[in-house]
Amino acid sequence: MNDKKVDWGAYGYLFPVVGIILCFHVLPIFYSLAISFYEWDLMSDPQWVGLDNFRRLADDPMFYKSLWNTFYYAMVSVPLSIFAALGVAMLLNNPISGIGIYRTIYFLPVITSINAVAIVWNFIYHPDYGLLNKLLALADIGPRLWLQDPFWAMPCIILMSVWKGLGYNVVIFLAGLQNIPKYLYEAATIDGASRSQQFRSITWPLLSPTTFFVFVMSAIGSFQVFSQIYMMTPRGGPMKSTMVIVFYLYQKAFVKFEFGYALAIAFVLFLMIFGVTLFNKLYLEKKVHYS
Amino acid sequence: MKNSYHLVVHFLLIVGAVFMLFPFLWMITTSFKSEDEILKTGKEIVLLPDAWRPGFLNSAEDDERIRQTEIQRKAWEEQAALPPASRTKRLSKPFSTFDNFREVWDKQDFYRYFLNTLYVSITITITSLFLASLAAYAFSFFKFPFKDAIFMLLLGTMMLPQQALLIPDYILLSKLNWVNTYAALIVPWVASIFSVFFLRQFFLQLPKDLFEAATIDGCSRFQFYYKILLPLSKPPMVTLGIFTFLGSWNSFVWPLIVTNDKELRVIQVGLSYFNSESGTQWGPLMAASTLTILPLVILYFFAQKQFVESQATTGMKE
Repeated sequence: MNDKKVDWGAYGYLFPVVGIILCFHVLPIFYSLAISFYEWDLMSDPQWVGLDNFRRLADDPMFYKSLWNTFYYAMVSVPLSIFAALGVAMLLNNPISGIGIYRTIYFLPVITSINAVAIVWNFIYHPDYGLLNKLLALADIGPRLWLQDPFWAMPCIILMSVWKGLGYNVVIFLAGLQNIPKYLYEAATIDGASRSQQFRSITWPLLSPTTFFVFVMSAIGSFQVFSQIYMMTPRGGPMKSTMVIVFYLYQKAFVKFEFGYALAIAFVLFLMIFGVTLFNKLYLEKKVHYS
Repeated sequence: MKNSYHLVVHFLLIVGAVFMLFPFLWMITTSFKSEDEILKTGKEIVLLPDAWRPGFLNSAEDDERIRQTEIQRKAWEEQAALPPASRTKRLSKPFSTFDNFREVWDKQDFYRYFLNTLYVSITITITSLFLASLAAYAFSFFKFPFKDAIFMLLLGTMMLPQQALLIPDYILLSKLNWVNTYAALIVPWVASIFSVFFLRQFFLQLPKDLFEAATIDGCSRFQFYYKILLPLSKPPMVTLGIFTFLGSWNSFVWPLIVTNDKELRVIQVGLSYFNSESGTQWGPLMAASTLTILPLVILYFFAQKQFVESQATTGMKE
């Protein structure tokens, strides 16, 4: 490595990866920006429409509905998943036996395919034969329509999604908790700090980089939710109550073949995710406590 | 004091574990149930399929029901043994243990989806490991112009949301006439920047002298790669391999979009079609779901550590 000689062969080693990335990840971005100014169904020639796709988007009530549904999904599922995962991680951070077994079980949904588990939850939520209504019947709570009910469809999908992703966040939180030096707790115990005081003044502040990481990743993930919506409410839910932005994009592009319009939606999705990343960089990173 | 606290911790963790596991148990048990057992309305919850129940759990009614099924089965078998022309009654076949699995594996062509997915996932895993290790090798051992610029460009593309690229990628494929080909399922996924990044981190930790000593001894660039570097990088390769295989096995949206030919269908897409077409055939649906997650769950129990690592170090979720 000391010699100044240039290894031209390096480009040969890089070529396959860089070539494919350029083709499928870099050039499409510019291409898609261009297409969002056209009306195009892939069959006929693209028609230049200027900013029409974006203007249409601004007047499209279904687009606003899908935006709102996406935010609803994110605002409920992200905090719920963070607090549940933090709770489980704190339980697992005790010197108890069987940690490995618990971790295996909590992580299991993470590795299984979302489609397969969505089908089981469909069955659990089934109004007539589903387990949920049968369990509620034991407590004399009347049956609900769950996924066919405009009010309950989204909460049902959120519960399933939190269940699916919980183990991932647990593992991340557990790693964060184990990085907090033990002597801090020992010193606090000697000073007579209660468990809740220890949580507030040691665990929560020192864990903030982890919490923050989980928050950003979960928020970005939740903006892109699609598979469970598609599997559990194939038409976007009763009264379009689970129509989220990616589902709307999918319908416009691959069901209605309005590619220009769908790309305008994709552009908004991109801005949302970019916004979270920017918020992260400009605001939150300064407030987070890095030890 | 300490002990009772730990008891509470265990209790809470077990309650959580039941909640995490129950959907899987429900999936597996339901896949062994007959339609009669599944389509029960009212309050009764049937936990175990008839096929599994040890005799001592049965009430007199259960025994009677099972006896009736046996009579039905005998009658059906007698009818089926006769040549079609001399069959007097049209009897329906009583349920036997693996019927739901047989239904999806043979009649719904899941064996085909299974093989397609296996082929696509294995090809992607091996190719992407190979290409990523080549690129990581260049990034960590070679000197060349624009090295940092190319690396930053690659890292930058990792920030892009996958869903936003679906449409332009699809248009590109349709222009290449790749829609409905295995190439469409495989080629865009054999270049993994994350794998390049991950392997580069590993390579940079190796002692520099290794490379110099080998070069002085007359080892060519490529010889160093496959004789020294590859054997050394088994652990990160295993982690990445699992990560990649898992991702390809579970990938859904991309195959849904780029294939509609039944011959090319992968298992996640097959599952989604079956889900929308099958109505209330919950038994076969659960059998299909069980088959879909089975290979991963088996792998998971053998290599838990690598699974958790592969997911947790990546910071990626679907």
